[in-house]
Amino acid sequence: MRSRTIRVDRLARVEGEGAVRLVVRDGRIDSARLSIFEPPRFFEALLRGRAYTEASDITARICGICPVAYQITAVHALENALGIEVSAAVRDLRRLLYCGEWIQSHALHVTLLHAPGFLGYHSGIEMAREHGEAVRRGLALKQVGSDIIALLGGRAVHPVTVCIGGFNRVPRRAELAGLTERLERSREAALAMVRWTAGFEFPDCERDYTFVALRHRSEYPFSAGRIASNRGLELPAAQFEAHIEQHQVRHSTALHARLRTGGAYLTGPLARYSLNFENLAPIAQDAALAAGLGRSCTNPYRSIVVRAVEILHACDEALRIIARYEAPELPASPYEPRAATGIAATEAPRGLLYHRYRLDADGTLLEARIVPPTAQNQAAIEEDLRCFAGAFLALPRPQLREQCEQLVRNHDPCISCATHFLHLEVTPA
Amino acid sequence: MVRRVIGVGNCDRGDDAAGPACIAALHARLANDIELLSCGGEPAALLALLEGSREVYLIDACAAGLPAGGIRRWNVARQPLPARAGISSTHGVGLAEALELARALGVLPRRCVLYAIEGRSYEAGAALSAPVLAAVESVARRIERASER
Repeated sequence: MRSRTIRVDRLARVEGEGAVRLVVRDGRIDSARLSIFEPPRFFEALLRGRAYTEASDITARICGICPVAYQITAVHALENALGIEVSAAVRDLRRLLYCGEWIQSHALHVTLLHAPGFLGYHSGIEMAREHGEAVRRGLALKQVGSDIIALLGGRAVHPVTVCIGGFNRVPRRAELAGLTERLERSREAALAMVRWTAGFEFPDCERDYTFVALRHRSEYPFSAGRIASNRGLELPAAQFEAHIEQHQVRHSTALHARLRTGGAYLTGPLARYSLNFENLAPIAQDAALAAGLGRSCTNPYRSIVVRAVEILHACDEALRIIARYEAPELPASPYEPRAATGIAATEAPRGLLYHRYRLDADGTLLEARIVPPTAQNQAAIEEDLRCFAGAFLALPRPQLREQCEQLVRNHDPCISCATHFLHLEVTPA
Repeated sequence: MVRRVIGVGNCDRGDDAAGPACIAALHARLANDIELLSCGGEPAALLALLEGSREVYLIDACAAGLPAGGIRRWNVARQPLPARAGISSTHGVGLAEALELARALGVLPRRCVLYAIEGRSYEAGAALSAPVLAAVESVARRIERASER
């Protein structure tokens, strides 16, 4: 028997620090590990003993790319604990914030992190010399997303206006209307991005994933809906922990997640798209079908096209929200603290994000549980490596490493969020 | 084609405000045709400011292992920033990447100079530290002289 171990010690063009280790026996992948070695950040422990009003600002600090998802999931969970209903306008404004975050996060990943691998470049900067128009388009999209966040959230990174019950400040109608023309141009740019990415060459790799994402009766899910899968799972966020368990693995500082019924699952754009195609904006549905995606997508490489479709949807949805917006009478609903437990799940750009908080009668946080999407996807990414990396084993080392990185990048992991990511290792016995 | 001085940084994070503070210090000290601007470091925003400029001076805080208030100058138009220049960003794409994107896209100004000021503290809400405050004035004087050439 011949065996070797392939190591990628640091993954390039992913958020955070991680590594891949493949063990190959007799020319086949025997095991694949995605190691996340960023040190633990202890956010859940740090929240204990703090005031419930601090949770949104503290959890926003988990990520510089998707702070909106962290803070809004936190306030949703706390509103769930306190029995607060927010106004329709507040709900719309929060959805608009998600549009901004998805646009800026996806545009960065599609353009500077994921696309170079399909076109044979080592970096977005190298790609920019020959694909300047595509890079400019991606950066312009990223900026419009950031500008939405800055307008609603007070600043583009770690916004500060979201609070329990609503917002500290809501924009005037005229302020939002100022974004309309740019968003109309962005919608065209997103359509061009869908067509550009659809023209890439994709390996013929399909996998029968268990997809898990929010599903809503009438909306493509940002921040509302029930947790659903393509295997019949359908549950409220409150039952997340009853059906999904987290467990420690030696090679990762992020907890892995699996269904209690057994097995890895995938959350994120592929899952969201495949479970919610019918709720995409018509323009996004048409663009997706024209791009050859079908109503569901099980080829992880094509996730780049799905992200572009989601940018298109988010631009269109942002325009719809702005067109009907009327500032609410009160920026935030009133509330009083009470002893309670609150739970919420929303869709961060990278997938399902779960928060649970237990409060004392005076609002002190007694317990916090945060399950980020990248932590949930670790096992599915390892399965992708096991299933697909074997086709690349004959390649010279630099190309093999790049292929393994691209397999991981397909899922846009945010290691910093999960604190639990890429280095490639292949070892002879 | 315009001339610009761009201060990069966050005014609410201690010495990270060195760039915007330098912009404030230069108020009314430069020729009328020179625009003074502050920028949070968003790459697309920075590219838009670089594009169409013939001369740009950038000021940013850095952590390059110098004593606090230490100043480093790079002629960015002539060569890329060193790999470990100490400029860092939580935005995924930072100042160095934005400048290299500008070069790749052919929009880097003919004259593009970066002044990096070593920070001491990036505490939220803190004022500039004394050595960085002194460095800000020193960089302002250097830009004043350079822009007169």
